[in-house]
Amino acid sequence: MSSTTEPKTALGKAANYIDERLTVGTVLKNFGRKVFPDHWSFMLGEVAMYSFVILIISGTFLTFFFQPSMAHTYYDGSYAPLKGAEMTVAYASSLDISFDIRGGLLMRQIHHWAALVFMAAAGLHMLRVFFTGAFRKPRELNWVVGFLLFILGMAAGFTGYSLPDDLLSGNGLRIIDGMIKGVPVIGPAISSGLFGGEFPGTEVIARLYSLHIMIIPALIIALLAFHLMMVIVHKHTHYPGPGRSDANVVGYPLMPVYVAKAGGFFFLVFGVIAAISATFTINPIWNYGPYDPSPVSAGTQPDWYIGWLDGALRLAPGHLDIAIFGYVIPMGVMLPIIVSLVFLALVAAYPFIEAWVTGDKREHHVLDRPRNAPTRTAIGAAGVVFYAILWAAASTDLIAIFFQMSLNHVLVAMQILLILGPVMAYWITKRTCLALQRKDREIVLHGRETGRVVRLPHGEYIEVHEPVDKYELWKLVDFKDYEPIMPRPNKDGKITIGTKIRAVLSRIYFEDRIAPVSKAEYEIAHADHSPAIEEQPKRKPKALKSKR
Amino acid sequence: MSDLEKYTAGSATNIVRPIADPGLEPHRERMTDKSEHHARNAERQVSAMFIISMIGAVIAVWGFFAFPIVEGDLSATRNNTFWMGIGMALSLLGIGFGAVHWAKTLMPDNEVSEERHTARSTDEARAQAIEIVKLADGESGFSRRKLIRRTLYGALAFFPIPAVVIFGDLGPVVGDTLKRTMWAPGTRLTRDPTGIPIKASEVTIGSVFHVIPEGLSELEEHKLEEKAKAAVLLVRVNPGDLKEDPAKASWSYDGIVAYSKICTHVGCPVALYEQHTHHLLCPCHQSTFDLADHCKVIFGPAARPLPQLPITVDDEGYLVAQSDFLEPVGPSFWDMRK
Repeated sequence: MSSTTEPKTALGKAANYIDERLTVGTVLKNFGRKVFPDHWSFMLGEVAMYSFVILIISGTFLTFFFQPSMAHTYYDGSYAPLKGAEMTVAYASSLDISFDIRGGLLMRQIHHWAALVFMAAAGLHMLRVFFTGAFRKPRELNWVVGFLLFILGMAAGFTGYSLPDDLLSGNGLRIIDGMIKGVPVIGPAISSGLFGGEFPGTEVIARLYSLHIMIIPALIIALLAFHLMMVIVHKHTHYPGPGRSDANVVGYPLMPVYVAKAGGFFFLVFGVIAAISATFTINPIWNYGPYDPSPVSAGTQPDWYIGWLDGALRLAPGHLDIAIFGYVIPMGVMLPIIVSLVFLALVAAYPFIEAWVTGDKREHHVLDRPRNAPTRTAIGAAGVVFYAILWAAASTDLIAIFFQMSLNHVLVAMQILLILGPVMAYWITKRTCLALQRKDREIVLHGRETGRVVRLPHGEYIEVHEPVDKYELWKLVDFKDYEPIMPRPNKDGKITIGTKIRAVLSRIYFEDRIAPVSKAEYEIAHADHSPAIEEQPKRKPKALKSKR
Repeated sequence: MSDLEKYTAGSATNIVRPIADPGLEPHRERMTDKSEHHARNAERQVSAMFIISMIGAVIAVWGFFAFPIVEGDLSATRNNTFWMGIGMALSLLGIGFGAVHWAKTLMPDNEVSEERHTARSTDEARAQAIEIVKLADGESGFSRRKLIRRTLYGALAFFPIPAVVIFGDLGPVVGDTLKRTMWAPGTRLTRDPTGIPIKASEVTIGSVFHVIPEGLSELEEHKLEEKAKAAVLLVRVNPGDLKEDPAKASWSYDGIVAYSKICTHVGCPVALYEQHTHHLLCPCHQSTFDLADHCKVIFGPAARPLPQLPITVDDEGYLVAQSDFLEPVGPSFWDMRK
């Protein structure tokens, strides 16, 4: 029996050929109408992914011309100021890409700009996920994968930045070498292993190259594939609103709407990066000259995403070195390393910490509005300020020059801000969130202020409040809310240290809380003291007629 | 909701909402839904963007051929970068804007809802999975045959060790290379990068010389490695301004002092000298050293003073080193004092 219909058209025949070999029909059936929610903030991750694709495309072009060799040569290309200068083949080939290959400079600039955009978009995407609580169950592990992608992005950026072997990037490597050497016991050996002997050696560019074009991108591709697969398995989160719950996903279907929107968006990201790269110079390596350990220019700075680490190096006090039995632990290097590793570890671990504090084992697919999780939002703001101060500290010299201040004062101010800033940010953010929550409650219970002041017949003046519609109302009342827990003895009758810590954290998180409006409160408000909303219209219907 | 409710809610409250979920907001029609005229306009706009895209691609190709590389003329590079970039940007943005505009105006914008399922496998699937694992365990005897299992663990622990050891030749054993530089008794101080020796009489008060050891610029191999350790900054100050340690008083010559140029923090060249304060500043992390006081750290993250190179003059009046540095130059490392 033959129940399958034979295709007649050319397209039908082609589809049949493919499907009989690759089961594409089933894939399309299952995924073709998959629903994705729509929100501008969901495009940040997309920007990062598309920038990565652009990096691969432009990077592949660059590999056709770049030579990762530290052999000595004398420059003989089109850029006259460096003619005859002694340099490495890596630097000479980077100059050739810039000046002797049509489109080479464009591709170099696209590659560099795309890297800057990649890291910016990945960072903002992480912040979006953090502040909306999208990392909660079942997405904790995907948060960790995203975190690893961010770290790999930094590694990819730094290894690529070093490849042209120009003066600026060579100084960057010099700093890395100095940091590595400072690590107790293994430091000097690791440095020797990385550079193939003493700094700068003749090996490091080739080694960074294989990391940059093979190992790191392979890891990024593998983790990115996992990251996206989990998005499909979990389905995308959505913002709170009417009709949206933890049991559904509301949005537009993949085909045709998301194919057009997300596919078109790739071209938009690529187009914008191409336009920037055509018009704005980035990393003019020809101005810096070849690497030489002796000269350096003032105002040296790394690419922006490494800035926070460089800032940490600047802020560390230098007089804390520890000497044990004559062995030295240079704290000017180790303190920044330790502080940044602890910071990163806290970022990676945050979903597990919050899950432990709330004890909530449910799946969460509806995002939190940041105000509805005041403590998390405050912690995030503190983290952002901490990072931002470190980042700004990488420019202490430029800040001092621009504002004509003492360099020393700027640096000391940064040291103080690094401690005080996060505390202030925490407090201000938490209070702001609680105030916004109070405002939401007010709107639910008493409606929006209309600004219309009405004089009643007996002379009283009132301002008319207008109730919000049921869709808006639902958005304002439907959020998750937690209470602080009491430390309770376990079955042996003991209160463990873990329980005590959890109770303390729970109190820090949820002691100051604004609960969502309950049905009872809502009914009391509307039955009792709301003449402005319900009773007034009966008495003076004309004056109070709603605009809606 | 049933599969979601089987998990505990922890310390979450369970406040009854004032109203029930009102469901999705009613769909609002767009102009293109309501009027065929608007829809046709949108269609034309989308095609116009696709046409712009094609023009952009042509501009990019034109830019490639119109501006060939001319040796010594950088305007060719500037022009082909600009025109190819702008052409590519147009061709990409045309497709992007066209596709998004198409989706936003002509494709349906009714939101649809799809059910979710918990990530957890169904109990049935789990039971089957456990069954498979047990079956595989039984068939292989993995749990039963302890000898095989334990030796396998051993083998798995041992086999990666060669993969680590094989990287042992990534770099040589460090030895004392970090503690030695090219400077030796009698090595002349020469200018960086020309290698011309410096006479003491040429160094006027307040002047700064960037110095490398004699012979460095002729090195065929390891030139940069040696330079990264041996670079020196030479300054002459008014001898009365120097606060010299009596033990090191013989290290300078008539107010001329030589210090390692490699920062003791992480190794940047300490290249900025402020004449009237005698301060040396590292441009990377702003460690500041007082040149008049044996380059002690007066600010910033560096911990050690810059090592001083003991100098004197030879018979012909040229500045020479008395010896190598007496302590390691550059970033601190753990066994530097051993």
